[in-house]
Amino acid sequence: MKIKDTLENYCFVLPAITIFTVFYIIPFFWVFQLGLFDWDGILPTKIFVGLANFKEIIFQDKSWWQSMGNAGWVTLIALTFQNALAFLLAMACDREMKMKNFYRVIFFIPPVLSEIVVGMVWGFIINDVSGANIINRMLIGIGLPQLAHSWLNDPKTALTTVAIVHCWKGFGWGFLIFLAGLQTIPRELYEAARVDGANAWQQFKGITMPLMVPVIVLVAILTVLGTMQAFALIIGLVGGELGGHTSVPVLRILASMRGSSRFGYACAQGITFGVVLVMISFIQYRFSQKGKHN
Amino acid sequence: MNTSFYYKTKKISINVLIHAFLLAVAVTCLFPLLWMIASSFKTQETIFSDISLIPKQFHFMNYWIAIKECDFGRYFLNSIFYTVSVVCGIVIVSSLAAYAFSRFKFPGKNIFFYMFMAAMMIPIPGSFVALYILLNKLHLRNTPLGYILCMINVGLSTSIFLLKTFFDKMPKELEDAARIDGCSKLGIWWHVALPLSGPVLAVVVVFNALAVWNEYILALIIFDTKTSMPLQVALQTFQGEFVTNYPLLMAGLTIAAVPIIILYLVMQKYIIKGVTQGAVVG
Amino acid sequence: MIGGIKNFKGVLVFSLLTLASINLAGCSSQPSTQAKGKSISVWHWMTDRQTAFEELAKRYEAATGVKVNFELYAPSDAYSQKVRAAAQGINLPDIFGILGEKRDFSSFIKAGHILDLTSYMNENDQAWRNIFFPKALALNEFNEDNSYGINTGTYGVPIDIMTIQMLYNKDLFKQLGLDPEKPPVTFQEFIDIGKKIKETKLQGMVSGWGEVWMIDCLANNYAFNIMGKDKVLATIRGEVSYTDPDWIEVLGLFEKMRNSGVLSDGLISMVNKTAEQLFANGKAVFAFNGSWCVNVYKGMNPNLNYASMLPPKVSDKYPMAIWGGAGSSFMVNARGQNKEEAVKFLKWFSARDQQTYLSEKTNNLSANKECVGSISEVLSQFAKSMDFATHPNIWGVSEFPAVIEALDKGIQTIILGEKTPEQVAAEVQKVKVRELDKKKNK
Repeated sequence: MKIKDTLENYCFVLPAITIFTVFYIIPFFWVFQLGLFDWDGILPTKIFVGLANFKEIIFQDKSWWQSMGNAGWVTLIALTFQNALAFLLAMACDREMKMKNFYRVIFFIPPVLSEIVVGMVWGFIINDVSGANIINRMLIGIGLPQLAHSWLNDPKTALTTVAIVHCWKGFGWGFLIFLAGLQTIPRELYEAARVDGANAWQQFKGITMPLMVPVIVLVAILTVLGTMQAFALIIGLVGGELGGHTSVPVLRILASMRGSSRFGYACAQGITFGVVLVMISFIQYRFSQKGKHN
Repeated sequence: MNTSFYYKTKKISINVLIHAFLLAVAVTCLFPLLWMIASSFKTQETIFSDISLIPKQFHFMNYWIAIKECDFGRYFLNSIFYTVSVVCGIVIVSSLAAYAFSRFKFPGKNIFFYMFMAAMMIPIPGSFVALYILLNKLHLRNTPLGYILCMINVGLSTSIFLLKTFFDKMPKELEDAARIDGCSKLGIWWHVALPLSGPVLAVVVVFNALAVWNEYILALIIFDTKTSMPLQVALQTFQGEFVTNYPLLMAGLTIAAVPIIILYLVMQKYIIKGVTQGAVVG
Repeated sequence: MIGGIKNFKGVLVFSLLTLASINLAGCSSQPSTQAKGKSISVWHWMTDRQTAFEELAKRYEAATGVKVNFELYAPSDAYSQKVRAAAQGINLPDIFGILGEKRDFSSFIKAGHILDLTSYMNENDQAWRNIFFPKALALNEFNEDNSYGINTGTYGVPIDIMTIQMLYNKDLFKQLGLDPEKPPVTFQEFIDIGKKIKETKLQGMVSGWGEVWMIDCLANNYAFNIMGKDKVLATIRGEVSYTDPDWIEVLGLFEKMRNSGVLSDGLISMVNKTAEQLFANGKAVFAFNGSWCVNVYKGMNPNLNYASMLPPKVSDKYPMAIWGGAGSSFMVNARGQNKEEAVKFLKWFSARDQQTYLSEKTNNLSANKECVGSISEVLSQFAKSMDFATHPNIWGVSEFPAVIEALDKGIQTIILGEKTPEQVAAEVQKVKVRELDKKKNK
């Protein structure tokens, strides 16, 4: 009886595991294997170099770690600014109010838009060479002309500007998932609390937050993944790595693959990148499990 | 009297503030969409010189050229076919797995779950070459099935993670009741768990549909015939190597955005429907 | 209770059923890729030439009965990945193009994917070879002393030529009080114009310097002008250091350009398409661009009044050099089943009449020197400057990619004002030494 039960349980995960093994695990091991070779991606001969690629990435490749740092900074902004915005908007749209459905639809436009359009429109808004430079005009208009400058060409502001556009493009997802999460909170809980005389803040702290912790962690992990791997928008807005100031790991991997034809090295970079992401996400996940038990 | 007036003004002013904030965000979201649509009616010469949102002249020809000369219809149907297949595949496979991860006990459960989680994190660069060789060996290269299976795999981990998070949150009472009524595990999954997870299923559908709809690199690499290519591949050719016909590109992008927006409009109703269910369950 | 969701499931079941039926239909209507009879498949990435290619294919079929399928895969990055993947799976088409450096080209040859065309070129007193501009062919050739270990020979058919040089807007020259027929000849004159541009709202030189390879191109141009070809090649071989005063002078030019205002503000965050928009719409005085731009500007602003010029020279010691040569080339698959047919087609394709048609349709310069197509004035200026053209792919040696990257990135930081030419030179040399050591240890 117990064996039959276990088998039945396995049947639920079998399709997922089959697809996953064939289309993920097998290619993954190939890629990992290639990371141990010096290979240009074309030649029939590959030179085995052991862990040399990994050593070079970890100890010598400064531009790689710079790109990791850049991606980390963008991710930090996305985790705080983007998710706070998404959460606030989801809270607002969870209330009974007018035009709720209108907002729900509108807020999901940015994720649907093509990167090409986003790059062009925001370039137009921010860029002072090829665009209308609306931001700078506004700054001058409100009496802060000293702040107006070339946002995307100044190495000090380029990355952060790109990060903010990225947040704008991505907050729709967080909004959607938060909204779905808020909708699963039974309304009776709030009514009961109100009867007990809890004010809005107490309701938020006592009901909403504890019930939303798993969803917040979910969104946080998805944000880390989505942000660390973003690169199309960077090309769209600043054209490339801006002397290293806007380089991100994916751009470095692509540069190794195409520019330098170091396919083996690119594979090793990908694996290193993945390991770092796994570590970050597992810390987040453990944190959430802890939060749940408390 | 006075206090009630005070509360009323306070409530109204809070509402005004909220609406002002929401409206401001909404404007930034709407502007690019309107710009894209406006640009699709302009000409190559006016698109950068005439920056208004309402073009002086409407060139509907851009749409005609995009649809007629570029065989858009064929690509469009292909894209719909791939998107629907992949999304259906993902919804079934991932919800089965997520349900098991959330509810059942079986040896290796945690290892499997962490494996899926890890897969979500590790992008495989150059996986295209690996996938190409794999599909070639399986005789699935240049077939729709090969592409669909690859794309199901792409969305699987994230969907399992999303669904498991929500299954974990769901009350188990209804399932217990169903079990007592003699429902099988599969029956509970289909009749109880899936219906209750409407909001998150809608998220999973939209998330994966958008990913498949926008995918083109894998399709371009594994298909050798134009007849199998999805819409995005055609859109990429509008973005020329040297010359980009921007109005044509914008017309193409506008057409490509319509199905996803419709899908979202349909799906977001399920996100609201969750409200009533939550009430019933609670 | 769950009415809405029942719909949801209904939709799911319905779509599965529909899919099953479409899928069956889809399978049965799948065209067989291995069509019988004679047909040649060609893969390429040239979006703007697909229509012209298809028309030529039609003509060829009418003349010979051989069907030619031009398959377009864009963008070029994805195309490049596709060709590499197909090479691994031995699925390359009869004819294809390669994007990349000479090193990649040599790897494809070593892997046995590319047919040696030398004997075909040399048939009948080199009849085929003689129709091409020698410089266009040079990019597809490997000489006796090449460092890649490839047998001497010709491995590709060039279909067009291109050069990369500077352009200036004649109308804006007038506006600045300059003679529109007299572009700057010396670097100092060029810098002085920068001061004038600074006083106006105009932009200086625009180019796609966000994607770094065009920076590399201009730096090389000036390296040739300042130290001559031999010294540049000696640097690549590792015999001259990048900290040599000549190289520091080359790097210093970018600092001078930056300080004078002759460069556009957002130059290093610019992609070439943005640069082309700015120049086409009369917002920038200079552009640094390839000959393909003629077609681009024509599409964006047919009335643009501009001309091309060589980069203004710094020194009289050595001639100015610009990059140029074959723009795109086609290779024949050595493992293909229709090798002979493919070569025959390429012979026809590169002949005068077809090239004239292609050149007129797509505003490109043909690699065929007998091509008589009527081309615009600017385009013929580009063609004339072919005399100054050189290209890294014909030097016989290549610089390490890591060194090229360090140099390009270094120049970006000079333009950003973060580093001095001396600092950048030292950094580049450090990378160079590291790469040389690595090579020795292999």
